[in-house]
Amino acid sequence: MSGKHSDFDELRLVSVTRTFGGATAPRFAALQDLSLVVRRGEFIALLGPSGCGKSTALNCIAGLLQLSSGGIWLDETRIDVLPPERRGFGMVFQNYALFPHMTVRKNVGFGLRMRGVPPGDIRRRVDHAMSLVQIEGQAEKLPGQLSGGQQQRVAIARAIVIEPPLVLMDEPLSNLDAKLRIETRAEIRRIHRELGRATIYVTHDQDEALSLADRIVVLREGVVQQVAPPHEVYSQPANLHVARFMGYRNVIDFDPVPDARVGQVTLRRQGMSLTGTLRHPVNGGRLFAAIRPDDITIGPAQTFNSLPCGVDYVEYCGRDSMVDVSVPGGVKLHVRTSSPVSPGDRLHLSVPPERVLVYAADA
Amino acid sequence: MGASVTTAGETVHHRSRRGSRIDPAYLLLTPATLFMLLLFVYPFLYGLLLSFEPEKGGWLSNYRTFFSNDRLWPTILTTLKIAGPATAINLAMAIPLAYRLRVKSRYQKWVTAILVVPITLGVVLIADGMLTYLGPKGWLSQTLQAVHLIEEPVHLTHNYIGVVISLVISGFPFVFLLVLSYITGIDPVLARAAATLGANPWQQFRHVYLPLLSPGLTMAFCLAFVQAFSVYPSAVLLGAPAGPTRVISIAAYEAAFEQYDAPLASCVAMVMGLVQLAVVGAALGLRGLFYRGPVTGGKG
Repeated sequence: MSGKHSDFDELRLVSVTRTFGGATAPRFAALQDLSLVVRRGEFIALLGPSGCGKSTALNCIAGLLQLSSGGIWLDETRIDVLPPERRGFGMVFQNYALFPHMTVRKNVGFGLRMRGVPPGDIRRRVDHAMSLVQIEGQAEKLPGQLSGGQQQRVAIARAIVIEPPLVLMDEPLSNLDAKLRIETRAEIRRIHRELGRATIYVTHDQDEALSLADRIVVLREGVVQQVAPPHEVYSQPANLHVARFMGYRNVIDFDPVPDARVGQVTLRRQGMSLTGTLRHPVNGGRLFAAIRPDDITIGPAQTFNSLPCGVDYVEYCGRDSMVDVSVPGGVKLHVRTSSPVSPGDRLHLSVPPERVLVYAADA
Repeated sequence: MGASVTTAGETVHHRSRRGSRIDPAYLLLTPATLFMLLLFVYPFLYGLLLSFEPEKGGWLSNYRTFFSNDRLWPTILTTLKIAGPATAINLAMAIPLAYRLRVKSRYQKWVTAILVVPITLGVVLIADGMLTYLGPKGWLSQTLQAVHLIEEPVHLTHNYIGVVISLVISGFPFVFLLVLSYITGIDPVLARAAATLGANPWQQFRHVYLPLLSPGLTMAFCLAFVQAFSVYPSAVLLGAPAGPTRVISIAAYEAAFEQYDAPLASCVAMVMGLVQLAVVGAALGLRGLFYRGPVTGGKG
């Protein structure tokens, strides 16, 4: 298996489904009908909250979980029938899973030893991988003697040294502190650029997904919500759930609008009205507007698409502030602004209609 | 072992805070300490000193007697020949079974319970059962003869084999539970990581589990060996105590209760302890060569 597929054109997931449970426990679908095509060199992020099925999907691709239905193809080869040791994918685990009894060098070289690569080549390739992740100085140490960040880099080196067609990463940064997370994120980006290997990256952190991915797959309770490049997921979330997850903290429900059409729509509820943009047809029912805190302007003047508000609380964030306001109708909103405001001020909010995204209710 | 972090500087001394008074909590140790002293340390020291006070001759004459008497010193080898293989067999059986049962499943509890039943039986009951079922007129012999697999009755009792079998039966639950606890302590994600790197199940066992188990296996060996080395009822009931299974505890018993030579008996007991100590020491020395740190895969 090794070397035969060191490069590929497509990894195809077709209706991949994984259910748990059976005779004694109620069946529940951790993953439902995931279909995705990953192209050579692409960086895909699987994004979603805990329990959305992203780790399940990764484990199915790795071969650590069997599919309940569906299939996975690497070009023309069907791989979901193969055990993990025959798939040849490199995997980086959330808690690194370094072999505690082996030195860094032996850890990194493990995959090559399993493949029967000659010792001279092993040494050369391990040295190269260690220098790529900048861990050369720790070659003879045991994992227990390394810091979290160093262990993480060893785990990455171990996965890429086998030159796999696909690299799988399961929330690799979640155990690192904030500063280290940002640094290691840059490392991962750099390594991906240098090696150009297709990568599938699981995370619950939207910042990671936005900064690393070519395309983001947003999952919720096992079902795909949206597959799109980062800027699209960020500014045009496909539904209310994705919007909430991507930081559209302000969600206001409005009265139904009969015969609402795609395009601009006037939203009304007790005490206020707003103009928003509807992207997909809806089937009646209440409408929900999602607005990013940074898309709202707060100031003394009343302008188009504006609401009067009272400032409740100002949370200082350094570069700007997160301001909690109350608007008519008993609605509370969050606004991110660098204008100086204080609690008790009576001001006006305004937001461009194209940044008020209108959706039907969450399923 | 493993990464332990001690806070620099701050060690709290309860005792120094209270001056010269002893922390009353230590008094809770008294019952156990007394128990140990009265029922273990004192008899041991008494026996040790007694072994140097023979009925006649110099202070080492008991030991000289032991090592020159052809009915005494060979018992060391006899017992080693019984205890060694019995322990090795137990380990060899326990490892694959514990490996199969390492994943929590419905079967794990049931199979574990069944495998552990012999611990409740006691050595004498096991011996009695073996004599009945595995003896020359027992059902095993009769069944095998009836289907013509063998022509003569089986000889599994009143010999070396019988004692080894009995030690395996009575010692297996203990070894199995120990090995099972070591195996389940190894983070299963390590085997998964090895799999993604191309290791098949055998390679996962050989490169991941076995090295991490080795220190634990050595400990299990030590404990099981010491237990097996002190074999007595099995050797008498199921063995041939006159010759092939004349173990060292038989020699001690005879010296104490047939020859009424307490100092010699104590001497035999001390030699027995020394041999056990030597084997355990060698095993622990071997253990020092293995990795003994944490068996999880890293942080989190």
